[in-house]
Amino acid sequence: MKELRLHGRGGQGVVTAAELVAQAAFADGKYALAFPSFGSERMGAPVQSFVRISDHPIRARNQIYAPDYLIVQDPTLIGTIDVTAGLKADGLMIIDTEKDPGKLKLETRAKVLTIPATKIALEIIGRPIQNTTLLGYFAAVTHLISFEGVKKAIGNRFPIAVAQKNIAAVERAFSLAREVAHV
Amino acid sequence: MRKLIEGSMAVSESVRLCRPHVIAAYPITPQTHIVEFLSQMVADGDLKSEFINVESEFGAASVVLGASAVGARAYSATTSQGLLLMSEVIYNIAGMRLPLVITIANRSVSAPISIWNDHSDVVVLRDSGLITLFAENAQELMDIHPQAYKIAENPEVSLPVSVNMDGFILTHAFEPVEMLDQKFVDEFLPPFEPVHKLDVENPITMGLLAEPTWYMETRYKLKETMEDAIPIIENVAEEFKEKTGRWFGGLIDTYRMEDAEIAIVGMGSLIGTLKDVVDTLRAKGEKVGVLKIRSFRPFPKEKIREICSEINQLVVFDKSYSLGLGTILQEELRACFYRQKHQPLVSGFVVGLGGRDIPPQSIIDCYNETKGKEILDEFVDINEEAVGRR
Repeated sequence: MKELRLHGRGGQGVVTAAELVAQAAFADGKYALAFPSFGSERMGAPVQSFVRISDHPIRARNQIYAPDYLIVQDPTLIGTIDVTAGLKADGLMIIDTEKDPGKLKLETRAKVLTIPATKIALEIIGRPIQNTTLLGYFAAVTHLISFEGVKKAIGNRFPIAVAQKNIAAVERAFSLAREVAHV
Repeated sequence: MRKLIEGSMAVSESVRLCRPHVIAAYPITPQTHIVEFLSQMVADGDLKSEFINVESEFGAASVVLGASAVGARAYSATTSQGLLLMSEVIYNIAGMRLPLVITIANRSVSAPISIWNDHSDVVVLRDSGLITLFAENAQELMDIHPQAYKIAENPEVSLPVSVNMDGFILTHAFEPVEMLDQKFVDEFLPPFEPVHKLDVENPITMGLLAEPTWYMETRYKLKETMEDAIPIIENVAEEFKEKTGRWFGGLIDTYRMEDAEIAIVGMGSLIGTLKDVVDTLRAKGEKVGVLKIRSFRPFPKEKIREICSEINQLVVFDKSYSLGLGTILQEELRACFYRQKHQPLVSGFVVGLGGRDIPPQSIIDCYNETKGKEILDEFVDINEEAVGRR
């Protein structure tokens, strides 16, 4: 079983992102469980969501304390809350920022990757909704969910015009991931 | 067909397939999605029900009471403060012997305000005549609603049934669900045939004044009916299993209890976590299993005694607390064994109040601490400094 925790703020689609990761895994033929941990539901408040993915039925309902993967949708959360708490040393963290990982004050031994997801979203989708770009990047670097799965999840979740733009953002994230892999 | 859907959608879809004639509900977190989905289905023409907008939960409960009284299949959903506002009406629904189904997205009760999960809301109604079932995951939520109607509408029962689901933990979680279809539900759940109904051609009255010469008799009959419901709940679950192959328990369910010496007991979504904990403990050689209480009312005393005939200790995890008494499920289980030949130790822990997360390690710590000795009233994972615990 692999566990993913997502951090962001109310209004950034953190809960939707978890749902999409689970839908993509499900489309790939795996078991998945996605659930939120709402604070009080208001714009801008720190929000977490969680995903478990497994080849077997998933029973545990508790929150995720030792994630294999971490997605941070808003870099301003770093230092405000302990985003890296429990992240496995051999885990992976993906952050939406234009900065290099080294410039971020992170306390983790895990691998850290950054991607300017908001910038890409503004360019391709026209709105600063970075969640689909991030999960595209997540899919590309972890191979935990497939591009086809992500495409299917987005296609089922949004109206066609919105889905197409989001899928284009996912494609950009995939090509960025390939560039990183070749460096 | 399998789909990955939200727990609230599993409920709404299952309710849609039960073809309720009347739905009345007032939106309240974390039940809201259920009401939104159902009202959308009605608006889209996918569900031919009267969706009646109401001003409060008192109104919602009163509408479904009236609907059931004229012979309609009725449905409502609520939680927490909404359930408390319904409570007066629910006693009336049970007293008038009106079958209907209410889904409760279990949430704590104010004050202080908390929108998060525990079982403090439904335990308030434990003496009301409301049959109270707990579901463990989204699949069980899909499967249990046709069962709930079938139990409620059985002429030997004719009582309201509540389906309880942990707020957020189940209402807002996405997981795979094998969908039921209309043909199956139509066969499993025949049209509602009320025992009595309000009908201008054949006038009767319901809920009238019972003077001291009659009131006790009505309560006695309710007591008997609750006892009669015990085999019916079991049989309905068995029939569902025969037809689908799926089993989440009847009155109770068990996991790895065959040679167990200790049973960990709980209700609702916690059961999933408990199963994982039991696997962990079994791997270390512990002889332990899970006892899931699926029917909290009627409380299946005989069945529990039978299942626990070889058990030395019950370790009970309650998501509610009766102030001035103790943990509720634990007290009821303890009472089950009073003056019986076999009397296991019974420990009671309070977990998850107001949405406090319940990590598996906390359960394991409790188990290790209490193994072989009774511990009661332990509030797990509280901030000891903040409460200045004695």
